[in-house]
Amino acid sequence: MMRFLLPLAIFVILVIFLGIGLTLNPRQVPSPLIDKPAPIFHLQQLYDSSKTLSSEDNLGKVWMLNVWASWCVACRDEHPVLVELSKLGIVPIYGLNYKDQRDTAMQWLRQYGNPYETSIVDADGKVGIDYGVYGVPETYVIDKQGIIRYKHIGPVTVESLKDKILPLIKELKS
Amino acid sequence: MMKQLICMRVDSLKRCLMVIILSLIAFQGYANEAPPVADDPELESRLNNLAENLRCLVCQNETLAASHADFAKDMRREIREQMRMNKSDEEIVDFLVARYGDFILFNPPFKSITWLLWLGPFTLFLGGGSALIFYLRRRRIRIKENEVPLTENQRLQAESLIKEMDKDQSI
Repeated sequence: MMRFLLPLAIFVILVIFLGIGLTLNPRQVPSPLIDKPAPIFHLQQLYDSSKTLSSEDNLGKVWMLNVWASWCVACRDEHPVLVELSKLGIVPIYGLNYKDQRDTAMQWLRQYGNPYETSIVDADGKVGIDYGVYGVPETYVIDKQGIIRYKHIGPVTVESLKDKILPLIKELKS
Repeated sequence: MMKQLICMRVDSLKRCLMVIILSLIAFQGYANEAPPVADDPELESRLNNLAENLRCLVCQNETLAASHADFAKDMRREIREQMRMNKSDEEIVDFLVARYGDFILFNPPFKSITWLLWLGPFTLFLGGGSALIFYLRRRRIRIKENEVPLTENQRLQAESLIKEMDKDQSI
């Protein structure tokens, strides 16, 4: 009896491990920046290049940083969700316009709507590297102390907002 | 125009196709210009050595040295800049790991969450090996234990059988 049970048990364990492995998404690389201070930036604003925005300007409030670009197709999927979210006025969303052209970016916002308090321009992607950006769109939730509390890779969906992001923001605000 | 002329003169369709294909290949040869030689070959080889051990996060089985993804190009540019600022390889790797995590390394470091990854195969090998040795030893002992000496009757029977065989052979 033992002769058959032991190999069977080993086989079942292997299948369980394989099953877990298959459900993981290798594209979701966990960020080492979670619970670390958000990297500091000073960048020109998209609509007014004479003005800048610094990450330190947002200390004291909970905010979202959304990395987007007009050339990014997946950004078009998440954009209506962000526009709706901005209308609710729960959390200010700042846009990091990543490796884009200023005029096409502004044209894109005119066409699809502008959910951002301000968009800042990261033309050469340097700030993107500091934030560990490797695919657009990516979205960060940053708390009052300027600590990154959450990173969402890929388009923000209504489900991800309801299940994860909004409850987290509520908790961080209180 | 040229191709049309050739096609009209050559009666075989096959040959005509050949000419077109060959001419296309020739044109492609001209179109692909060699990439410019790097300004600093020493720095480029250092960059390549380092980037060969780093993962491109977009095309995850490629190295940063081999990948053509924009991400890899940006990373190479960043590494190149840092090398020009006289940063050591370790400093550059630390910079990347701080932003992208251990996943960017093809050789994950040995630490609490990776010990199973590093030691797992050896543990399995040792475990399997000792189980095999244990099993074989027990088997040998069991066989010895099961050896039953012949009874007097059986011994006589065997002896007479052997004698008969000897007789048969001598004939």
